[in-house]
Amino acid sequence: MHSTLSFSRATTVPTTNYAFHSQSPINLRFCGLRREAFGISILTRSSSGRVRLSTRGRSKRISASTGNNGTPPKSFDYDLIIIGAGVGGHGAALHAVEKGLKTAIIEGDVVGGTCVNRGCVPSKALLAVSGRMRELQSEHHMKALGLQVSAAGYDRQGVAGHANNLASEIRSNLTNSMKALGVDILTGFGTIVGPQKVKYGKVGFTDNVVTAKDIIIATGSVPFVPKGIEVDGKTVITSDHALKLEFVPDWIAIVGSGYIGLEFSDVYTALGSEVTFIEALDQLMPGFDPEISKLAQRVLINPRKIDYHTGVFATKITPARDGKPVIIELTDAKTKEHKDTLEVDAALIATGRAPFTNGLGLENINVVTQRGFVPVDERMRVIDANGNLVPHLYCIGDANGKMMLAHAASAQGISVVEQVTGRDHVLNHLSVPAACFTHPEISMVGLTEPQAREKAVKEGFEISVAKTSFKANTKALAENEGEGLAKLIYRPDNGEILGVHIFGLHAADLIHEASNAIALGTRIQDIKFAVHAHPTLSEVLDELFKSAKVLDMKTLRKMKS
Amino acid sequence: MQTQLGNAAFPRLLRRSLSYIPSILYSLHSLLNLFHFFRFLSNSSPQSQKHKEMASPFLSNTTISFSSSLSSSSLPRIAPSIPFSSIRSNSTPRRILTVRSKIREIFMPALSSTMTEGKIVSWVKSEGDVLSKGESVVVVESDKADMDVETFYDGILAAIVVGEGETAPVGAAIGILAETEDEIAEAKAKAASKSGASTPSAPPPAPAPGAASTPGPPKSTPAPAAPTVAEGPRKTVATPFAKKLAKQHKVDIESVVGTGPYGRITPEDIEAAAGLSPSKKNVGLAVVVETKPAAPAKAPAASAAPSSLPPPVPGSTVVPFTTMQAAVSKNMVESLSVPTFRVGYPVTTDALDALYEKVKPKGVTMTALLAKAAAMALAQHPLVNSSCKDGKSFTYNSNINIAVAVAINGGLITPVLQDADKLDLYLLSQKWKELVEKARAKQLQPQEYNSGTFTLSNLGMFGVDRFDAILPPGQGAIMAVGASKPTVVADADGFFSVKNKMLVNVTADHRIIYGADLAAFLQTFSKIVENPESLTL
Repeated sequence: MHSTLSFSRATTVPTTNYAFHSQSPINLRFCGLRREAFGISILTRSSSGRVRLSTRGRSKRISASTGNNGTPPKSFDYDLIIIGAGVGGHGAALHAVEKGLKTAIIEGDVVGGTCVNRGCVPSKALLAVSGRMRELQSEHHMKALGLQVSAAGYDRQGVAGHANNLASEIRSNLTNSMKALGVDILTGFGTIVGPQKVKYGKVGFTDNVVTAKDIIIATGSVPFVPKGIEVDGKTVITSDHALKLEFVPDWIAIVGSGYIGLEFSDVYTALGSEVTFIEALDQLMPGFDPEISKLAQRVLINPRKIDYHTGVFATKITPARDGKPVIIELTDAKTKEHKDTLEVDAALIATGRAPFTNGLGLENINVVTQRGFVPVDERMRVIDANGNLVPHLYCIGDANGKMMLAHAASAQGISVVEQVTGRDHVLNHLSVPAACFTHPEISMVGLTEPQAREKAVKEGFEISVAKTSFKANTKALAENEGEGLAKLIYRPDNGEILGVHIFGLHAADLIHEASNAIALGTRIQDIKFAVHAHPTLSEVLDELFKSAKVLDMKTLRKMKS
Repeated sequence: MQTQLGNAAFPRLLRRSLSYIPSILYSLHSLLNLFHFFRFLSNSSPQSQKHKEMASPFLSNTTISFSSSLSSSSLPRIAPSIPFSSIRSNSTPRRILTVRSKIREIFMPALSSTMTEGKIVSWVKSEGDVLSKGESVVVVESDKADMDVETFYDGILAAIVVGEGETAPVGAAIGILAETEDEIAEAKAKAASKSGASTPSAPPPAPAPGAASTPGPPKSTPAPAAPTVAEGPRKTVATPFAKKLAKQHKVDIESVVGTGPYGRITPEDIEAAAGLSPSKKNVGLAVVVETKPAAPAKAPAASAAPSSLPPPVPGSTVVPFTTMQAAVSKNMVESLSVPTFRVGYPVTTDALDALYEKVKPKGVTMTALLAKAAAMALAQHPLVNSSCKDGKSFTYNSNINIAVAVAINGGLITPVLQDADKLDLYLLSQKWKELVEKARAKQLQPQEYNSGTFTLSNLGMFGVDRFDAILPPGQGAIMAVGASKPTVVADADGFFSVKNKMLVNVTADHRIIYGADLAAFLQTFSKIVENPESLTL
C-alpha cells in the first residue's frame, strides 16, 4: 500500500527521484493492474453510448497529464477517488473494490461522516435508552403486562458514553472494512483542481495532488442554522452537540419538527425534559403523510410533556448568559410580526441540514452550486454552469440534496460505480425508504397520499388507499403496543405500489418489504401471496397487501367499455 | 383464526380516524368466539349428564346482560361529519345562533342518537389556530366511536372551553370560534364566562338580529397586533407540562406564582395550586441530572402537603366509566321502565349444523345463519319486530334490521345487519365481516349500530346453556342464544335418540308483544332452524 502511495505522488509531483522510481519493477505491478482496469473501462465506455463525453474528457486529460510531468496519457493514480468518507463514500468505495477499481477515499475529518459520528448512529444509542426509559416509566404499560418495576432512573454520563462508544465502534468497523479491502484512505480536505484531478492535505501542510479517472463528491452536510440564531454549543445547540448529551435541560425548545427534532423530542422527554416545538410551517411534522403525522401527533406529542408553536420562525435565539435563560423571539411566518418570546433552558436547532461543499474547488471546473448543493442529473453526474455534464465527476448524498439520507447516499454511490464500470444504472429514489426512530417508529417509502393524488390527476389514473391497524396484529398486542397504522397507496388498475407509510412498533424494520417491492416492481397481486410467519409484526404488511383491491381484467374491460 | 379476521381490511376509512385511545384494545378473543361457537358444539364430547330442557321461560338466577344494545332505532340519523354551530339548531331549537357578532360557539355534537355527552379525545387545533372550512378541529369520543369534528366556518379558534380528556353534554359549547383576530378578546371573554360551568348557557341576549356592524362591548380590543399575549411588565412563563396540568385541573395559570428557574411556573407549582400532592412520576423518576447552577434550589411550596382527600379504602381502585361504559349504564337503568317478560324455546340444530358445515367454506358464519333465521321468522311476525316508543302505540318497522351484540374490551357494541331478511346468506356474511372489522377499529357509523329493530345475543361459546338478556330501549324484543348440546330426546313413539339442542330465550316488551305472540314467533324460528334449506334461498 505504501508503494502505491509513493507511486501516485510520482505521477503528479515533478520530482525526478520519484519519476525515476516509476521505472522500477515494483511499481510496474501497480501500473499493470491499473492499465488493465483502465482498458476494460475504455471498452465499456464506448459501448455505453457516451462516446462524445468521454473523448472530450480524454483530450483534456491528456493535456493535463503531459503538462505536469510528461507521464504517458491514460495513466491515473486511481480509477476512482471519493471525496468524503461518510456512509455514501464508504458504500461507493466498497462497491468499487468489488468491481475491481483502484480506489482512494479522502477524508478531512473522521471516517464515518455525519451518520456515524454525529447523526443516525449515536442518536440510535440515545433512542435505545429513551425507549427503555419510556417503557419502564409507563406504569400503565407495565401493569398491563403484569410487571412491577421500581422507579427507573438513568445516569447521564453512562447514556452519553453508550452513544459515544457506539459511534467509535461503528467508525472503526468502517475504517477497517475499507483498509482490509485495500481502499487508500487519504487524510486531508479534498479540493478539485481540474478535471480528474484532486488535491488534498491538512491545513498547514503541503498539498498532495492525485488524479483519477472518475471522481465522486460525497462531502455531505452540516446542521443548518438560520441567521439570527447564536449557537454556543452549550445552551443553544445543534444535533452535533445534542448527541454528546452534555446536559439534560429541564426545558428545551426544539426548532423544527422533522425527523431530527422528533427523535430528539423522544429522547429528551424520556429523560425528563419538557419540550417546546417551534415549527415554521402550519403543521407539525411536515413531510410525512398527513394522516400519519396526525396520528403521530396524537401519540408522540399530545400525551407527552410537549407543547408547540406552529407557523412561526425563531428569528433570534440568544444563549443563556449573565443569569438569563435562553431567549427565543418568535415571528409569525406569514405576517412577519413579532408574536411571542420564549424563555427556556436550552434550544436545539433542528431546522435541517446544509450541504458541505465550500472549498471543494468547484469553481475550477465551472460548477455553480445551488444554495450550496451540487447540481446533478438523475445519474448523479455533475452539471456545470452552462447546463452541460462535467465528465467523470459525480456527486452523491447530502451534497446533491436529492434525498438527504445516509442509505440514499450509499445507494447513489453504488449506482455511480455501476455506471463507471460500464453498466448503466439509474437509482429509483421512490424505492428508498425513510424512517424516524421515535417510539413507536415512523417509516415510509414512495409517495405520500397527496403526492400520489397529484400524480394520479396529472397522469390520468386512479389510486386507492388501503389501511391496516396494529390493533389487529397478534404480536403487537402481545407486546401491548397496538397503537399504529399501516397505509398503502396503490393503483387499483395494475396493482402498482405507489407508497407505503407505517406508524407503529418497529415500523422502520417493517418498511423494507414495501421498499423492495417498489424497487423490484413487484405488484400487489403477486406479493399478496407471499407467506409471513405467524405471529409477527410483518403480518401487518401482509394484511395491508391482502386488503388492497386490485381490479381484475374483466372489471377493467367493463370499465373501459 | 387471527388471519381470517385480519384479512378483511377496512373497506373505507371515511373521515373517521382510528381510535387512538390506548386503553381500549379490542378483545379479539370474544369476537372470534362469536364466529366459532359452533365449533365448540361439534367438538363437545358426548355428555353423560342429561340436560334438562328449559323448565321455565323465566330464568331468575341466570347471569344478566352480556347482551344489551345501546342503540335505539329510527331516531333521526346524523351525518358522519357533524358540523357544529348553527346546523345543530335542528336538534336543539332554542340554540339558534344569531349573527350578532361573528363569534361562534363550537358545540359538542350529537354523534349518535343515544349520545348525551361526549369526551374530547384531543383538540386537533389549538387556541389561536386559523381554521378553514372543512378542517378537523377536535376529536370527540362518543359512546360508540371516535370522530373528527369539522368546522363549517372559516375563522380562528379563539378559545377552548372544554379541554382534552374532559366531558361535555351534547349541545354545550366546547370552544369559541372568532372570525377575525379583533374578536379574539371578545371571544375569550365569552369563553371565560362559559368555562367553569360546562352546562350550556343560554345564548347571550342579541342586541338586534343582523346588527353585526357594531358589537360595542365594553371591552374594546385596541389593535389587531399582539392578539393573545397581554402586554405587561412581566409575562407569565410556564413550562409545557405545567400548562397541560393547569388545563387539566382548571387552574388559572395567571394566578400561580412560579417557583421554577427565572420565576417560571413549573408542573409542581400547578399541582400545589390544584391541591394535589406532587405527582408520583416526578418522585419516582430518580434522575441523576445535574441541576443547572443558575437554577435556585427548588423551594417546594409549603402548601404542597395537602391533607384534603380522605384516603381510599385500602386495596380498592376507582376507575371511572369510559364514555361507552357510561352509555351502557344509562341504557341499563332506562330499561327498567319497560315491563319485560321472557319466553324460552328448545331448538334442534342438527340440520343447521349440517348446513353450516356445507356453507362454511363459502365464508358463511354462524352469526349470519342465526341472524338470517331470526329475520325470516320476524318477517312472518312483524309484531315482534315492532317497538313501543311512547307507551301508547305500536311502531311497526318497515325494515328488519338485526343488531348483534359484540363484546369489545371494556365495552359492548351492536353492529346492525340491515334488511337481514332480504339479503342472501352470502351477502349477509360478507356484510357481517365488514361490520366486525369496523367495530374493532371503532369506525362504525351511527346507522351501523343504532338502526337495529331486533337484537341477537349469543353466549353459547362459553358453554352457557341459557341466559337472560335485557331489552335495549327502543326495541321490542331481544333473543339470547345458548350453546347447542347433544341431548337425549324421546319421540312420540317412545324411541330415544340424541339430538343437538339449543335453548333460545327471548325477552320482549309486554306492552306490545304478548306471550302467545312470542311463542308463535319462536315456533316459526324453530321450524326455520330445523329445516334450514330456506336460509340459503
